[in-house]
Amino acid sequence: MAQETLTGAEMVLKALTDQGVEVIFGYPGGAVLPIYDEIFKQNKIRHILVRHEQAAVHAAEGYARSTGKVGVVLVTSGPGATNAVTGLLDAMMDSIPVVCLTGQVPTHLIGNDAFQEADTTGITRPCTKHNYLVKDGNALARTIHEAFYVAQTGRPGPVVIDLPKDILMGKGSYEGPSKVQHKSYRPQIKGDLNRIEEAVEMLSKARKPLLYCGGGVINSGPAASQLLTQFAKMTNFPVTLTLMGLGAFPGSDPQFLGMVGMHGTYEANWAMHDCDVMVCIGARFDDRVTGRLNAFAPNSKKIHIDIDPSSVNKNVQVDCAIIGDVGHVLEDMIKVWKSRQANVDAAALDAWWKQIGEWRARDCLRYQQGDQIIKPQYALQRLNELTKGRETYFSTEVGQHQMWAAQFLTFDKPNRWLTSGGLGTMGYGLPAAMGVQVAHPDALVIDVAGEASIMMNIQEMSTLMQYRLPVKVFILNNRYMGMVRQWQELLHGGRYSESYSESLPDFVKLAEAFGAVGLRADKVSEVDDVIKEMIEVNRPVIVDCAVDQTENCFPMIPSGAAHNEMLLGPADQVAKPISEDGMVLV
Amino acid sequence: MMQKEEIVRHTFSVLVNNEAGVLARVIGLFSGRGYNIDSLTVAEVDVHEKLSRITIVTSGTPMIIEQIKAQLGRLVPVHKVRDLTVEGPHVSRELALVKVVGSGEKRVESLRIADIFRARVVDSTNESFVFEIVGATEKLDAFINLMEPLGLADVSRTGVAAIARGPKPL
Repeated sequence: MAQETLTGAEMVLKALTDQGVEVIFGYPGGAVLPIYDEIFKQNKIRHILVRHEQAAVHAAEGYARSTGKVGVVLVTSGPGATNAVTGLLDAMMDSIPVVCLTGQVPTHLIGNDAFQEADTTGITRPCTKHNYLVKDGNALARTIHEAFYVAQTGRPGPVVIDLPKDILMGKGSYEGPSKVQHKSYRPQIKGDLNRIEEAVEMLSKARKPLLYCGGGVINSGPAASQLLTQFAKMTNFPVTLTLMGLGAFPGSDPQFLGMVGMHGTYEANWAMHDCDVMVCIGARFDDRVTGRLNAFAPNSKKIHIDIDPSSVNKNVQVDCAIIGDVGHVLEDMIKVWKSRQANVDAAALDAWWKQIGEWRARDCLRYQQGDQIIKPQYALQRLNELTKGRETYFSTEVGQHQMWAAQFLTFDKPNRWLTSGGLGTMGYGLPAAMGVQVAHPDALVIDVAGEASIMMNIQEMSTLMQYRLPVKVFILNNRYMGMVRQWQELLHGGRYSESYSESLPDFVKLAEAFGAVGLRADKVSEVDDVIKEMIEVNRPVIVDCAVDQTENCFPMIPSGAAHNEMLLGPADQVAKPISEDGMVLV
Repeated sequence: MMQKEEIVRHTFSVLVNNEAGVLARVIGLFSGRGYNIDSLTVAEVDVHEKLSRITIVTSGTPMIIEQIKAQLGRLVPVHKVRDLTVEGPHVSRELALVKVVGSGEKRVESLRIADIFRARVVDSTNESFVFEIVGATEKLDAFINLMEPLGLADVSRTGVAAIARGPKPL
């Protein structure tokens, strides 16, 4: 059988095309010039030139998270690869499928400290799902196809392919994607039916059940979100979502208790603490969710559905583990529930809902909006209100604004919410929003930002201008690294060490300098008009919204505390000093 | 308070693709997550399929041991992970080369003990022996301890290779 002989760079483009790739986020350099030459010669794949490699990875994450496809990154050797590392680890922690092609010095120079050489596979080994160094042109195409398989199969994640320049210039034979089968990696997709029956049995006896769902539901695809909703509707069980899971169940549904965890709602966290059967679906008992482990949901039986066996029994011992894809398991669970005509204890469930209603009545997200200074919560509530009914995607940076956005924005569909959950990467939001806008040119894409975070990847405004991507940056400007300041207030005696945002730029002029639109809101009365104008303008916009400098993000479970020890507001914090054990935790 | 769980020692057999970086991945997993490696051996066992077998002896709480197994299984080039300690009886062997330097009665005594342990002399000079000894880790430990007062000069150990008893392969 005659196989095509192509140069390495030609094979890269052909393999990407065969994988259905439509867009690459990248930045050129010496080691990847042959690939850029091939990009120049074709017009099937679009290349988005970012201004920093970290942003290329975040943009690819945004693209991937909002479409369910694999995001593709292309960077050069050495600094190109090292700059991408933060993005790779971000994708790893949040299970986002990304394939990152990195240039490398020619094979005979590897290990010689050559110009722009870095041990890319060594550096990225712990922050990728898998990585490759291609040393044989004939293995190149197969490696790329395998990388796409690994990135999106099982628990998704980033995969790096390191490409020495001589491999890109030299010839090799091309293999199509259909011929490639992975030797060892075959994650379990279908759940064990015995375990599923066991879970249904446990749930039918539950008096205080809770569905605790995370990003795994979204990774499993939109069908999984529908199945989750169907299951919740069949059973009338309350649902809470993690930060990564927002949108997996309709946020406006009365069965939704709000987000769980450190800055989750009172009702969600108390339900978590008091429930008797918990189903963890595509979430991982993260320390932001569990609070103090030995006080976590002490009287509950726990069922855990996860595609990654290493997530099970890592932090919390569970009673019934179901390894498999969330969508497949939920489908089977619904079937078993129906076929067994399982019933819930309606009276107990009523009492449970009544209890939840009492917690809800505490109205934990309440805040006091005066008539002058804008409260950040108010700005987000208006943003939520004024974007309703549109096709809207929200990304965030990291900090207080991120938690407020999670609390006050409503997501009724999956894939509409993009945030750096696991790694907590400041500077994530703007490039991620860029990736979303590339994938959804007609959608309204808003990056909710803080004035400190936005400075970390502000250079991407230039990319937005170049490709006419009308991303909206909505800065909640409190002139502090708000979350750092909040912790310093609560834990370090109000000594605000280095957490103020000094010498900030004039964000309106900054927007204009990039050629974008700058808007400002200083008073409550200006908020609506500014948001409306931001939405109407079909260009990139930066909104500088000056908000209350001292507002803290509540409710809050202090580190080292249990769910039922959460602080509801400023009045709580004096009464309960944070323990020394808790101080050590982040 | 978290109850203090006892530390247990387990032996894992891991079948992996013999490709560049696979050992670094396994070791990086252990160092990155703070797991212990008591012993580690690796060699190719299937030339045609390019498979290597790694034997790892590790210790930790039962929860950590379960995590180690799951984390190893999650590595892309890993085919199989077996916890030999859990999955029935197994044989584990180690080889050591032990250099003993001395003369007179001590030299004779070292030979006598080597004979009891069925260690072989693989190198000899007028003032030294190199013994080769094969057996379970504890047997090697005992032999080396006995050699200590008799002029123990150098030890090289291979680490543990292990395999399940009975007809079933990995």
